[in-house]
Amino acid sequence: MQMLVAKYNYWIYITLMMIGLYAMIAKNNLVKKIVGMSIFQTAIILFYVSIGAKRGATIPIIEHGHGEGHGAGTHMVHAVDYINPLPHVLMLTAIVVAVATLGVALALAIRVYNRYNTLEEDEILAQIREK
Amino acid sequence: MIWQLDLAILTLVVIAGIGAITVKDLLGAAILFGAYSFMMCLLWSIMGAVDVSFTEASVGAGASTVFFVAAVFRTTRRTKD
Repeated sequence: MQMLVAKYNYWIYITLMMIGLYAMIAKNNLVKKIVGMSIFQTAIILFYVSIGAKRGATIPIIEHGHGEGHGAGTHMVHAVDYINPLPHVLMLTAIVVAVATLGVALALAIRVYNRYNTLEEDEILAQIREK
Repeated sequence: MIWQLDLAILTLVVIAGIGAITVKDLLGAAILFGAYSFMMCLLWSIMGAVDVSFTEASVGAGASTVFFVAAVFRTTRRTKD
């Protein structure tokens, strides 16, 4: 029980992921599906950033890193005092990829609208079957 | 990490996410998605990921919302679900 409550970030990440998956599968409108895809991507980013978080640690910038004169090299750097920056760097790339896929998806949705004059999936499928 | 603030913002994230996929107006969905991205940005600065936080604030809450609003104005606001 303690483990389940203490890891609440992971429960919220699963919830957000299921919201995005539901929107991608069950929603009829193309823009709603794209919103669901973006929510899914940010849920995965939330998972990775939660892995790197620590209690009682500060942001990953080394204090006394470049000592002025006598202080250089005398300070010990303890890894437990700093949040793990590796997931942050990976997720920085993921955010940029997410906005690129979002732009391509919205451009495709605009082309679909210009061709079929609707964004609803069932109406588009009905028009395709008529031809 | 302040867990009270963390839990409050996680609740707001879930509410904004559910609102973005249930509102029956695509412009409203775009704006709610911008609010969702901004809440995510706050969450990451709470968790100490400041670099991810300002990238999300500019790219997620800024550029993505502009993309959605531009796409909605080039197509239609009407939606059935």
